[in-house]
Amino acid sequence: MAEAHAVAGGQQGQAHGQHHPIRVYLIVWFWLFVLSTLSYLVDYFQFEGYLRWGLIVLFMLLKAGLIVAVFMHMVWERLALVYAILVPPLVVLVFVAIMAVEGDHTALTRGSFFAGGPPAPTVEAPVH
Amino acid sequence: MHEPAATAVAAGPAVPVLPPAPLKPGHRGVAADFASDQRAFKTATWHKAMMWIFLLSDTFVFSCFLISYMTDRMSTVEPWPNASEVFSLELFGENVPLLLIAIMTFVLISSSGTMAMAVNCGYARDRKKTTWLLLVTAALGATFVGMQAFEWSKLIAEGVRPWGNPWGAAQFGAVFFTITGFHGTHVTIGVIFLLIVARKVWRGDYDIARRGFFTSRRGDYQQVEVMGLYWHFVDLVWVFIFAFFYLW
Repeated sequence: MAEAHAVAGGQQGQAHGQHHPIRVYLIVWFWLFVLSTLSYLVDYFQFEGYLRWGLIVLFMLLKAGLIVAVFMHMVWERLALVYAILVPPLVVLVFVAIMAVEGDHTALTRGSFFAGGPPAPTVEAPVH
Repeated sequence: MHEPAATAVAAGPAVPVLPPAPLKPGHRGVAADFASDQRAFKTATWHKAMMWIFLLSDTFVFSCFLISYMTDRMSTVEPWPNASEVFSLELFGENVPLLLIAIMTFVLISSSGTMAMAVNCGYARDRKKTTWLLLVTAALGATFVGMQAFEWSKLIAEGVRPWGNPWGAAQFGAVFFTITGFHGTHVTIGVIFLLIVARKVWRGDYDIARRGFFTSRRGDYQQVEVMGLYWHFVDLVWVFIFAFFYLW
């Protein structure tokens, strides 16, 4: 790898291209089919509640992990690239949390507004 | 002004050219790579590193869409339409839930597999196989977009609009058209680039390092891998859309 790094320009890629046994891809491909089928079955059998959400997220993360790790070659890249690309999306989870709080608050205010009906008409509007 | 210095260097004792330091493994490697005062991604070409950074930014775009969807769905007071029923398809007189979406998912995963094979054959310098696998990938991608067009027309015929639908929360349509629309656009762009890359492989551009049309850089078979990164990303986004929009 060290020599490859010294090579300049277009040749560089070929020196350390991601060439792996085709078997690995076939295994991952197979598992992606299995996991997709399983997540479809979650809907087909109408699982509800935390079981449903847990299974959906589990299969989703497994599929995403397989695609990123093997098909996109992340397991074979240097850690500097892996961290530079995979850590920032984790920060999105903070955004998710903030917007979940916001969404909850909006639902709460809408709920109380619609439950109480429109503001009572007895309140006199200021005359201009 | 610079003359004397230049001649001094030229005339002086030959500066020993040190071989590049061996790359450190593990977390020490992360620190060393980022602290090297050079390019941080030691074994990835700029081509690949920039594609990854583009995909990272695209991740944020789709994250924002999915987060808006979450906020919409959490805050609406009307019931959210049941995707399982909305996207069901009648087959032999029976309603099969999410059938079209399941087929679309399998089509996209198949295309991801053929893409991975194409990258592999590219590095093996098997031009014929690489070209065919890229074309199959493009065909599967086009099939996916076609099915999406069918799904859109079906929903539009049933009265789904960005501002309302017959089954519940009005935001459903807006979310559906935005998210699947942007994803479909990504697939379409991917299909176009797959065809371009397939043509280049078929013509042998990467064997003779022929200059490309876009940046006029010399290409090599890593371009197939970088194309693959984009294509797998499109599949990756669909994994999240499938889970959160269709199954949740």
